[in-house]
Amino acid sequence: MKALAARRHHPMALLVILLLALVATGGLYAALSPQTAQAEAYSEDDVEAGEALFLANCATCHGRDAEGLVDSGGTTIGPSLIGVGAAAVDFQVGSGRMPMQSSGPQAARKEPQMTEEQTRQLAAYVASLGPGPAVPDEEWLDTSKGNATKGGEIFRVNCAMCHNAAGAGGALTRGKYAPALDGVSAKHVYEAMDTGPQNMPVFNETNLSPEDKRDVITYLEELEKTGSPGGISLGSLGPVTEGLYAWTIILSLLLGTAVWLGAKAK
Amino acid sequence: MTTTTPSTRKQTSDLQDTRTYKLGAVGADWLDQRVAGGGFVKFIARKIFPDHWSFMFGEVALYSFVILLISGTFLTMFFDPSMEEVIYDGPYTALQGETVSRAFASTMEISFEVKGGLLFRQMHHWSALVFMVAIFVHMFRVFFTGAFRKPRELNWLVGFALMVLGMAAGFTGYSLPDDVLSGNGLRVIDGLMKAFPIVGSYMSLLFFGGEFPGTQIIPRLFTIHILLVPAMILALIGIHMVLLVLHKHTQYPGPGRTERNVVGFPVFPVYAAKAGGFFFLVFGIITLISATTSINAMWVYGPYDPSPVSAGSQPDWYMLWTDGGLRLIPGWEFTIFGYVISLNMLIPFAVYGGLLGFLALYPFIEAWVTGDDREHHLNDLPYNTPVRTGLGVAWIVVYLILALAATNDLIAIALHMSINDLTWAFRIGIFVAPVLAFYITKRLCLSIQRQKRNLALHGEETSRIVRTEAGEMIEIHRPLTDYDRWVLVQHEDHRPLKAGKGVSALRAKATSFFFQDRIEPVTPAELREALEHAGHEKHIIDGLTGGDYRTPYEKVVH
Amino acid sequence: MSNNHDGSTAARGVTTVAPKEGGGFPNPGLPPHVHRQADLHKSAEKRAERVVAGMFLLSVIGTIVFIAAYFLVTPTGRNIFAEEGTPSALWWSNLITGLGLAVAVFFIGAAAVHWAKTLMPDEEMVEERHDIRSSEETREVAVGIINDGLEESGITRRPVIVTAMVAALAALPIAVLAPLSTLGPLPGNKLHHTFWGHNPGQRLARDHDGTPIKLSDVAMNSIFHVMPEGLTHDTPHRMEERAKAAAVIVRIDPKLAKNEESMAMGVEGVLAFSKICTHVGCPVALYEQQTHHMLCPCHQSTFDVTDGAKVIFGPAHRPLPQLPIEVDDEGYLVAPGDFTEPIGPSFWNIHKDK
Repeated sequence: MKALAARRHHPMALLVILLLALVATGGLYAALSPQTAQAEAYSEDDVEAGEALFLANCATCHGRDAEGLVDSGGTTIGPSLIGVGAAAVDFQVGSGRMPMQSSGPQAARKEPQMTEEQTRQLAAYVASLGPGPAVPDEEWLDTSKGNATKGGEIFRVNCAMCHNAAGAGGALTRGKYAPALDGVSAKHVYEAMDTGPQNMPVFNETNLSPEDKRDVITYLEELEKTGSPGGISLGSLGPVTEGLYAWTIILSLLLGTAVWLGAKAK
Repeated sequence: MTTTTPSTRKQTSDLQDTRTYKLGAVGADWLDQRVAGGGFVKFIARKIFPDHWSFMFGEVALYSFVILLISGTFLTMFFDPSMEEVIYDGPYTALQGETVSRAFASTMEISFEVKGGLLFRQMHHWSALVFMVAIFVHMFRVFFTGAFRKPRELNWLVGFALMVLGMAAGFTGYSLPDDVLSGNGLRVIDGLMKAFPIVGSYMSLLFFGGEFPGTQIIPRLFTIHILLVPAMILALIGIHMVLLVLHKHTQYPGPGRTERNVVGFPVFPVYAAKAGGFFFLVFGIITLISATTSINAMWVYGPYDPSPVSAGSQPDWYMLWTDGGLRLIPGWEFTIFGYVISLNMLIPFAVYGGLLGFLALYPFIEAWVTGDDREHHLNDLPYNTPVRTGLGVAWIVVYLILALAATNDLIAIALHMSINDLTWAFRIGIFVAPVLAFYITKRLCLSIQRQKRNLALHGEETSRIVRTEAGEMIEIHRPLTDYDRWVLVQHEDHRPLKAGKGVSALRAKATSFFFQDRIEPVTPAELREALEHAGHEKHIIDGLTGGDYRTPYEKVVH
Repeated sequence: MSNNHDGSTAARGVTTVAPKEGGGFPNPGLPPHVHRQADLHKSAEKRAERVVAGMFLLSVIGTIVFIAAYFLVTPTGRNIFAEEGTPSALWWSNLITGLGLAVAVFFIGAAAVHWAKTLMPDEEMVEERHDIRSSEETREVAVGIINDGLEESGITRRPVIVTAMVAALAALPIAVLAPLSTLGPLPGNKLHHTFWGHNPGQRLARDHDGTPIKLSDVAMNSIFHVMPEGLTHDTPHRMEERAKAAAVIVRIDPKLAKNEESMAMGVEGVLAFSKICTHVGCPVALYEQQTHHMLCPCHQSTFDVTDGAKVIFGPAHRPLPQLPIEVDDEGYLVAPGDFTEPIGPSFWNIHKDK
């Protein structure tokens, strides 16, 4: 202690104090600031492999440097991917939406064309282009920590109007649609909210926090667990399918019975 | 009027010796001394009802109404029509801790906790859908067979009122659970009310007991749903049945059936068994569906709040046509002296009123056109009345387009189409399709009439051809029996009228619209001629075949 | 053939019905009766009996299953097919209870119908129709009674009484309006203002948890569903206030804006609009971030957020009213006052100042 106190007038003393203060502030901030859903760090190899994949599969629409491509008429062929983040790539490529089959109002979910490893590499490359949403940490996908009731409230106010209260999907304008949510992984649900694919609005962390998103995922899982206790669900599309059922199946049964009743016995 | 065959008389005397019968006799005597039951039995028990499956849809409606009453009564034992807010703490995990109304919470209790509760709730809702389906099928059976003609015009109006009340019952009913879907439906009603000139906002606040949503609407709808509407429906059903008994049921034309009789089976015992049995069959089918198919899972929609809404929000099927009109009309609204006229509501209302009005008044319109003041108890075969049938089909097409328009977003996601394009297709279709449908239907009917005419005159084609030495081909026809031919020749012949002498120009035009294109029924003279010709042909055919009409192949094989 | 059954002629005189040439065809009468198997063969009859009895028995089995289900296959209690209290238990309960009842009820009907079809006499019987019109004598008597009654009541001779009576009977129904008027309050200016206007300076809060929103929270191309911060569970008439105050905020690139006035009411491209559709009041909740269109799911009214939420498709007419917003000194979004015009569906005097 005496040795330290003796050095307090050293010219470097101020520098050391500043450095300590910086480290302390930084450390406190890191410890106390609101959690962000950071997942992983990518290696240089990942980024290189990702770039190669990108040039081969994505550059024709998104541009050589992922800066986006616009045709002579001004229509976007593929948007810029700078800043979309690893989460966007993980979602789009992981759900098979990208590479897109053909251009149209909407990229449809289909069989993924890239392996998980390749998806990861592509994500690493795009993440290297500029800061953006990262692939969520497992913690935020753990439904045992989520609250289904809160998730339901968030879902009904923020999601049901496009995706339908049961997650059966819904129509947007001019041929676009919000897809059905059955069979979508928790990770992809999170990423879609975070990145706002195509016409889905962006629900980033400052809109729906990672806890909010986890609650939504928990709610969706609860919906799946509950299933349809009343019997066949008819696609959970509501009164229209129920009415159709009445006019087809039930009416046929009643008609059949009536014909049997009125027919002469053998 | 009643017939007992000799074979039953011996059995009756055996029956009369049994103790059960004697007990019954004592009971019947006791009753007769107090309520004149004997007269009632004499009146009703041997009434004849004709047998045809197409006559059973009125019964389906009646029976599904009874099931609604039974299942509904069960539900009222558990449902709480209060909008007071409580915290849900039942077994459905995804809503635990949520603030909901008592109405919503009690519906959850019925669905998740009361034994058989979900079953009765689903039976109630499925029955409601079946009730309306049956009413429509029944109504159109009556329409297409002309069973609304004198003396049944009033009964047609009673039935029409029942249809409208059925819609009211359904709408008030599915709004009771106070979920997001039906709550948004109520919001739409609020918006429609507000659109009424001058009195709109007053109507809205009176109906909801204040600003939307208020705390009064569910209890009020409950009273309307379990008391007022069912009472009116029951009363009208009563009138409907009384008129049916008074007029007796109509029957399809056939041998032995005239305008002056009813041919069929007696109420006791045959119809008591068949019609009574049919109630249980309908009940059974509805219960089977309710056991196996989910309907209105309101826990997925969530408790009503003015903020959320679900994609694909539609009312129950019988209200779809009203929603469709609202989607098709462009946003036409203008202000005059600062006051708003919402044509985007008033025009759809006018259209709905027109459609309903046409249906209600049709018997009177047709009676004015034909001037036919006779009683009708024999049904028309729809192809014999091409314009009436065409008008009915056109009405159905308009109704269908309106109903489909309400499902435009569901069609869009199912068929990967644009809702905007679909909306435009329906906007154009609603004008074009009914005209097309009318024309095609009328032409089809005339075509069928032509075919039936040929059948009546020449008999059935047997696909067996003989060839004369000269090279002429003659097909062998199997002549019809008088019984088979009767249905083909008994129908009426209508001719258009000329204006003047008590016939207005408008009426003359109308009769021309109805009857200008027609196929005249076969006359006895025509038939005599045809039979003579057939006789000549038979002579030639028999000469060639020796009376054996088998083909060479058949002769070898048999 | 233009005569009625009782011989009277068609009232309108001229009818389109043409008389049949030669009186038409004669009705051939009822066709010969065809006997059923059960009528002809004792064995067929016995078989039919067995089938009917069997069906009644099936019904009994159904009843037993139905009653048993109330004890053995319940939704929250004992359930022999699934874990107690789970959605699966409820599914089984509904299925078994329902199937039991369906069988119980269906086979009573099937038995009764089969009995009637195969065993009860099926010879067609004929009943005569009588005139619906009363006979001439009855009519005369009825008309006489009515005339006598009218005479006795004096209704034709006492015009003063009649006039007064009509007045009374016409007035009474109007009385119904009085109790009807107690069903609800007068609109007054209620529909012209919302919570935002009654409590100016509210911070905008997230609908689902009530937390206030900072300008920096609102990312480009996002949408927030918003309520006034002060509108809590304890606010009186909470639902009614929510039904009017519901709003959304969207953030667009100011370069895309087509409406200067609208942009001026926002902050750096963050715009707030009413969520209540101006058509019939559903929440206009869908937002397409690339086209900047808001879509109402009920009747597909579409609003362009870059142009003051103007209607570009569908049955709505008025644009979504905008909520002017500012930033307070802590960076939170606040609304200094109410929407620019009354929200929700149009009504008669919506444009009148209140």
